[in-house]
Amino acid sequence: MSDDYNTELLRFSTCGSVDDGKSTLIGRLLFDSKMLFDDQVEALENASKLGGEFNLANLTDGLKAEREQGITIDVAYRYFHTPKRKFIVADTPGHIQYTRNMVTGASTANLAIILIDARKGVIEQTRRHSFIASLLGIEHIAVAINKMDLEDYSEEVFNNIVSDYEKLSSNLDIKDITYIPMSALMGDNVVNKSKNMSWYEGPTMLHFLESVHINNDRNFENPRFPVQWVIRPRDDDYHDFRGFAGQVASGTFSVGDDIVALPSYKKSKIKQILIQDQELEVTYPPHSCTILLEDEIDVSRGDMIVKPSDLPLVEQEVEAMLCWMHERPLQLKKKYIIKHTTQSTQCMIRGLDYKVNISTLENEDADTLELNEIGYVKIKTARPLLFDDYRKNRQVGGFIIIDPGTNLTVAAGMLREPADFLQDDSDFVI
Amino acid sequence: MEEYNISHLDALEAEAIHIFREVAAEFERPVILFSGGKDSILLVHLALKAFRPGKFPFPIMHVDTGHNFPEVINFRNNLVNKIGERLVVASVEEAIEKGIATQLPGVVSRNKLQSPTLVHAIEENKFDSCFGGGRRDEEKARAKERIYSHRDAFGGWDPKNQRPELWNLYNAKLAPDENMRIFPISNWTEMDVWQYIKREDIELPPIYFTHKRDVFERDGQLLPACEYLPLKSGEKVETRDVRFRTVGCMVVSGAVESRAETVDDIIAEVAAARISERGGRADDKGSEAAMEERKKEGYF
Ligand SMILES: Nc1nc2c(ncn2[C@@H]2O[C@H](COP(=O)(O)OP(=O)(O)O)[C@@H](O)[C@H]2O)c(=O)[nH]1
Repeated sequence: MSDDYNTELLRFSTCGSVDDGKSTLIGRLLFDSKMLFDDQVEALENASKLGGEFNLANLTDGLKAEREQGITIDVAYRYFHTPKRKFIVADTPGHIQYTRNMVTGASTANLAIILIDARKGVIEQTRRHSFIASLLGIEHIAVAINKMDLEDYSEEVFNNIVSDYEKLSSNLDIKDITYIPMSALMGDNVVNKSKNMSWYEGPTMLHFLESVHINNDRNFENPRFPVQWVIRPRDDDYHDFRGFAGQVASGTFSVGDDIVALPSYKKSKIKQILIQDQELEVTYPPHSCTILLEDEIDVSRGDMIVKPSDLPLVEQEVEAMLCWMHERPLQLKKKYIIKHTTQSTQCMIRGLDYKVNISTLENEDADTLELNEIGYVKIKTARPLLFDDYRKNRQVGGFIIIDPGTNLTVAAGMLREPADFLQDDSDFVI
Repeated sequence: MEEYNISHLDALEAEAIHIFREVAAEFERPVILFSGGKDSILLVHLALKAFRPGKFPFPIMHVDTGHNFPEVINFRNNLVNKIGERLVVASVEEAIEKGIATQLPGVVSRNKLQSPTLVHAIEENKFDSCFGGGRRDEEKARAKERIYSHRDAFGGWDPKNQRPELWNLYNAKLAPDENMRIFPISNWTEMDVWQYIKREDIELPPIYFTHKRDVFERDGQLLPACEYLPLKSGEKVETRDVRFRTVGCMVVSGAVESRAETVDDIIAEVAAARISERGGRADDKGSEAAMEERKKEGYF
């Protein structure tokens, strides 16, 4: 039991077109890993009595309106665990217009499962999903080639799809790809090894999820501590206490380290690191802690504590890949709010270099971005952003755009280091 | 790099603390909604982690159904005394007297009355953000709930009008009279909560642990015998060894037979459980979409 306290948390998202078997896969993972309760199984049985089948997919559908429409249209989060790991699944629908949901689900994922229907092979949607996964910096992809039961569990079918996918992914920046032939419906290679595909020697889906190495997905290289809140008790016991509270975005900080606070460039040393009254020698992502400094320097929310040996970019003119998430299209030159780390400031999208046709992965000229479109933009901000290229630091490279007129989140972006981009002469889109 | 390990409990704790601090920084008048249940006790514990040695930059509010377990009220009072934070009580009893909430004839449960009472208290105190202990694994309809869940000026929740949430960047913008419900432990499961309670040695009201209690069976559930629940014909009170898995309103909290004396016993029980947590709640049984309906009315 004691081991259960120390299991790692893996967040993954699932992408596939409608009917590729996402819900069945998740249902199967829950069912075969014995995560279902009697009342849930009973509900499944009740539903099947009312004329439906005993459908694992029913476990995971959500809101009433969506049930009535027969499709899921939002990101739903599911939870399960095995003795080895805890899992958070961002279940994102595969409908063409739901790029927005997929981007949302992918933003916090370590891993994406991309479903392919063995009968259809690699299709336009597969390309779309893979592009989004790589754009959002997901390091591990499991390509689940599903419905193998409908293709006689054929090794040849599997190999053909693998080679098609390899062609596709050679244009994308994905570090780690694993191919798994599967039948979510029959249970082959989901939790239990398939008896029908003895030719396959790789892991089952669950085994892969349990064993893929994710510790180094976090950035330990670039120390970044965005300050959220300043703790100043002002009472007698803690008269001089001034703690900078926040979550370590990346890198590590140790007691005694030299630091620089941005944007003031004031220097100091770390005196103490606390989580409530527990003292830490070193802190690293994703700790939420409180840092105390040797000197009284002025630091407030939106500032960032970093180390002098490794400074982030500090810019008011930035470039980014932007995914538009609202029905009302992007308006150039309009004033929006950008929220990045713990800072919110006004911004203006000055220009749109191109938009990405996510079916062909080609760049196209465009005047605006509409809902679910992705493009490369130049942004001017009212205050400087303290950031890293998203490709090297997800936590300090991502931002959202809020429309101050409606207060809605209208876009999500991934910052780019411009010089880096200019050197990029290959046909990589990422 | 192996030394920079992080357990799932560390990760969930860090996420929740981050959310508390974001809300404190970006809203004018937050409040912790406190039910006396383990999830809201956990919220208070996490808020201590987020803000000590400073004070909470917000009060704690209890929506008191009037149908409380006395043990829970005791516990609540001791807790706020010990940590020295401010308690606000919104009473359903008072809301009924003032006509803010109306009980339908024949209905005993006050769950439906919590929504208007809460919405009224939010308005009266001008709270713009309320921390709640909701978790996504509790119920199917919650799986899509945001961490920042937007409510319109009537306290209503519109599933079509929720904002996408990316990375750890939350959109805290509100129009006047709107409100945000905040769920810092969205990503925790019941098992995570118990494991964390154990790890952190968090104190809970005694009714979570086994005790002898007079109970009776109704609709397949064990309900506590109490003045609020008149027996129907054929129902028989017996003393059994029980504990509660949720402790909201006395009349809808189903007991489970259990001899779990310690958190470890409960963890073992949860691990072996065959009924989901809310399976034991009378108010959720009726329809699969019951929860969703109540959310639209402002309950959570
Ligand atoms: N034959 C077969 N059918 C499957 C498999 N996986 C899913 N299905 C069926 O495909 C249909 C769509 O599956 P569902 O999980 O709802 O797809 P989703 O839209 O991606 O969530 C359902 O009728 C499933 O029973 C599989 O591995 N083999």
